[in-house]
Amino acid sequence: MKKLTRFMRPYAWGALGTVLLVMMQCLADLMLPSIMADIVDVGIVQGNTGLILAKGGVMLAISLGGMACSVAVSYLSSRISSAVGRDMRQAVFGKVETFSLREFDRFGTASLITRTTNDIQQIQMVVLMGLRMVMMAPVMLTGGLIMAISTNGRLSWILLAAFPVIILGVVLISRKAMPTFRSMQSKLDRLNMVVREGQTGVRVIRAFNRIPFQNQRFDDANGDLTRTGIFANRLIGLNQPLMMLIMNGCAIAIIWFGSKMISMGTLQVGSMMAFFQYAMQILFSLLMVAMIFIMLPRAQASAQRIAEVLDTQPDITDRADEKPKGETRGELEFREVSFRFPNAEADALEKITFSARAGETTAIIGGTGSGKTTLLNLIPRFYDVTEGEILLDGVDIRNMKQEELRRRIAYVPQKAVLFSGSVADNLRYGDETASEQALDEALQVAQADGFVGEMEAGKDSYISQGGVNVSGGQKQRLAIARALVRKPEVYLFDDSFSALDFRTDARLRTALRQQVRGAAFVVVAQRISTIMDADRIIVLDEGRQVGMGTHRELLQTCPVYREIAESQLSKEELA
Amino acid sequence: MSEMNRRTPNKPPMRRGPGGGMMPGDKPKHFKKTLLRLLAYLKPQMWGLIAVFVMSVAATLFSVLSPRIMGSATSYLFEGMVGAVKGTAQGFSLEPIVKILVQLGVLYLASAVLSYGQQYIMAGVTQRTTQRMRGDINQKLNRLPLKFFDGTTHGEVLSRMTNDVDTISGTLQQSLTQIISSIITLVGVLVMMLVISPLMTLIALLMLPVSLLLTMRIAKRSQKHFAGQQGSLGELNGHVEEMYAGHIIIKAFGREKNTMQNFDEINQRLYTHGWKAQFISGIMMPVLGFVGNLSYVAVCVVGAMKATGLLGAPISIGDIQAFIQYVRQFNQPITQTANIANVIQSAIAAGERVFELLDEPEEVPDAAKPVPMPTAKGEVEFGNVSFGYTDELLMKDISIHVQPGQQIAIVGTTGAGKTTLVNLIMRFYEINGGAIRIDGVDIRDMSRVDLRNLLGMVLQDTWLFSGSIYENIAYGKDGATREEVMAAAKAAHADHFIRTLPQGYDTVLNEDATNISQGQRQLLTIAQAILADPEIMILDEATSSVDTRTEVLIQKAMQSLMKGRTSFIIAHRLSTIRGADNILVMEKGNIIEMGTHEQLMAAKGYYWDLYNSQFTAKEAG
Repeated sequence: MKKLTRFMRPYAWGALGTVLLVMMQCLADLMLPSIMADIVDVGIVQGNTGLILAKGGVMLAISLGGMACSVAVSYLSSRISSAVGRDMRQAVFGKVETFSLREFDRFGTASLITRTTNDIQQIQMVVLMGLRMVMMAPVMLTGGLIMAISTNGRLSWILLAAFPVIILGVVLISRKAMPTFRSMQSKLDRLNMVVREGQTGVRVIRAFNRIPFQNQRFDDANGDLTRTGIFANRLIGLNQPLMMLIMNGCAIAIIWFGSKMISMGTLQVGSMMAFFQYAMQILFSLLMVAMIFIMLPRAQASAQRIAEVLDTQPDITDRADEKPKGETRGELEFREVSFRFPNAEADALEKITFSARAGETTAIIGGTGSGKTTLLNLIPRFYDVTEGEILLDGVDIRNMKQEELRRRIAYVPQKAVLFSGSVADNLRYGDETASEQALDEALQVAQADGFVGEMEAGKDSYISQGGVNVSGGQKQRLAIARALVRKPEVYLFDDSFSALDFRTDARLRTALRQQVRGAAFVVVAQRISTIMDADRIIVLDEGRQVGMGTHRELLQTCPVYREIAESQLSKEELA
Repeated sequence: MSEMNRRTPNKPPMRRGPGGGMMPGDKPKHFKKTLLRLLAYLKPQMWGLIAVFVMSVAATLFSVLSPRIMGSATSYLFEGMVGAVKGTAQGFSLEPIVKILVQLGVLYLASAVLSYGQQYIMAGVTQRTTQRMRGDINQKLNRLPLKFFDGTTHGEVLSRMTNDVDTISGTLQQSLTQIISSIITLVGVLVMMLVISPLMTLIALLMLPVSLLLTMRIAKRSQKHFAGQQGSLGELNGHVEEMYAGHIIIKAFGREKNTMQNFDEINQRLYTHGWKAQFISGIMMPVLGFVGNLSYVAVCVVGAMKATGLLGAPISIGDIQAFIQYVRQFNQPITQTANIANVIQSAIAAGERVFELLDEPEEVPDAAKPVPMPTAKGEVEFGNVSFGYTDELLMKDISIHVQPGQQIAIVGTTGAGKTTLVNLIMRFYEINGGAIRIDGVDIRDMSRVDLRNLLGMVLQDTWLFSGSIYENIAYGKDGATREEVMAAAKAAHADHFIRTLPQGYDTVLNEDATNISQGQRQLLTIAQAILADPEIMILDEATSSVDTRTEVLIQKAMQSLMKGRTSFIIAHRLSTIRGADNILVMEKGNIIEMGTHEQLMAAKGYYWDLYNSQFTAKEAG
């Protein structure tokens, strides 16, 4: 929590002002009971209407002042807490944008989303409550106590006796409630999971007639959640009646002991009433503190989660800004490159050495888990190599600015990702300044002009979040078009044709060939048929480079390659 | 499944909050109707609710009574004191005070017990009601046609099941008892005030319209900003979700700056609406407090005049004190009601979203007297079938006849309707015309359970649930023995890899089963199908995301699965197609060619063209 105080600093003066205003407001509130006591003790008892009007006027003036303070507090605290929330969100979002995949993997996407939104919202609420109430409680408490003791010291011990009882009650209830609420949360997660599975697997569930089984799973999770929910709510429901009982107990005690004093003539009725008011005020402020204490553990957890994000230093940074000497063409070279995932026991890639020339196609092939995608991810520095170096036009890519490096690369991921916005917006991710004509060309090459043309608004048609309103194959073609718009020196294709049927695939490849001439073309593939005529094929097996050469060469020299080829191609095709 | 996800591409942008969460700003459309339906949900809990109502009335009455009783103590003390001052009284005994305090104590205790009893019962009532609501949603999902799932994101359904139902339960838990106690307090306090002094009540009430007016005006203004706040919060969440999900692309294309800029704009809007909403709603309490003080002074003045007999019959000091306390109590429910009104509105809106889901049109029910079909020979016939996902027909007049034991391959480009054909056999969608028959029986005349028992399905996008591998395979058949499960795994060539896992068959798959590879997942679903032992098999060939060694295994497993059964295979490569008894070539939803490999090649039509294109593909590299 301490680490986050820096977000309060810019608003320190405002916060100080709030505190002062809260104090004034409390003073106003504290003055009221004694004036009321006067009105009753003197005014009403003596039937002095003039005095009542005079005192009433004073009372209203103070009350008006109190209200003004209160409104000002509301204004300041709203602005400050909202601004703190805003700044924090900005800081977290900005930080996450600098993360490399490694940090991203560590937190997980879903968790980063909640940290940026819900967790900060929690903190913002606590800041607001804190500014409005936390200061109020101690001021009210001390002020009320002073006033109460000055009104009647001998009645004050009742209050002192009530404090520990209240505190004990709050501690006991919240200690039991916290874990219950936590377990409720995880049971809700479980229910969510069952429902999500029911949706993703709806075809399989129906195909196997397993609806009753699925219902059983759901009912178990639902019942479990309900039972915990009932328990938690019954527990927390104890809070209010218990606190009211304590307060009412105090009230009875005050009247009893007060009556005794009055009967002995040591106390005025009005004073007792005033004391009564103070006592209630004090107890109320204690209750407020108690409420905040119940909120605090949750906020603390949130604060910790936010601080974790902010404290994470991305391990990929711009350490230099070295420019290549001479012409930039897109000559890519791997020199003894090894990579190991953090905390992994073995290298994911081991001593990989090859060059991918401009104007040539370099293919990477291998089984699942052989490290193909990882190798590709090293080139735009999504991860940094653990050993060795990768050179682009003779410069170690770690010595280039990330922005500069990536400007020269176009990447098409295995799983196409589109963003909400028009088709054109999505294509311009590649190059913001691209002309309409350039977009059309890219669509044409990517074999996407057909279906985009058939859309209602053509290139201006809306793609919904995650691209759910276009098919998998269409998404992939748009992702390819996006890369083409960039006109880079290096193309990275990560098995980017998997959702295409072979006809579209063939047309696309032919068109692509013309388009990417002059650039280095690095492609990860699963099917040999698609890379047979690459200038260079690199065969990976469990992270090791077990072969490099053309299709023909590899058939002769590389057993792993031959095994893959034999499983995929017919006899005639192998010949 | 790509064909299915294709919807009208030009869908208008629709912004929803994170998971479509409930927004207090959302105005319900059919307030009364939804309220009545929500109340109907509470019906089974009627006895509990009646108990809560009775307790709530009693507890509130007690708290309304207590100031009066306390007032009588003060009155007594006051008289005694005045008497002592005047020297007329002979000191005074505390006995009546003890009596009063005992009464008060009993009252307080009873009211605490009652108010806890309320909470206790209400917790059960709400949780059970929401449990039933969630159960109903789940049942409903089982009865919805697949069309529904194609057009709705998972998050949206989840959000209704959790966020919306939670909003409703929260409102029930808190607001219902609050409403009851507020109304009773209002009435009770009014009665007590009238009993003490009608004149003073009138004065106190003078301020009531002022309070109401202020409350309404403030609430109206703040609501506008609350709506704006929820709106920009939803927008912000959507943006964050999208940008984090596409992080790799943002990095690859160097779009961090644009992304930040967008974020900052939304963030700033959220800030502006946010602080205004907080500020305006924060004004409510102090303003009403001041109005309360105004009436307090007025009451005091009138009270003083009455006490001295200036205005009508004199009134005791205790009564004045009680009255003052009542005035304070009177203001509280008014503020509370303003808050509750907001909360209820959001609960109704949440209810509306839940009912919207519950009102979705359901699947066509099974035939009233289904033809029993425990087994079948496996003859499948499409007779002049036409079908469309929307009103526009995708397939027209399709006729196929498949003999028992035949192997049918379906080929065609993406979106040609291969998966659709399969979906129709499974009766995942209702056809628009014609009939599909198995062994001469229209599938609509069978029960869905019987139909699907005859059919087995292995799809490319495998689905396994979080549970052990054993449980997942056993999913294929009700009450399968361990031996049967292991035999199926062996036949599916999955036994070996399962045994290499640390816990073997008891290895627990995580959500989305990411702890085993895609190919291994497919082997498990094949084992499922083998265990189910259906008469007719539907297979979707593995594509590129599987490594070659596993792929060989999958091929073998599929071959053994198809043996002796009528089978449909959605083919992606041509090696599989050659051996098929019949090849259906599809384009734009219709079958354009049909025959064996040799026949189709000889015809030199679309298939021939398709077949040759795979060789140009290689040249293109």
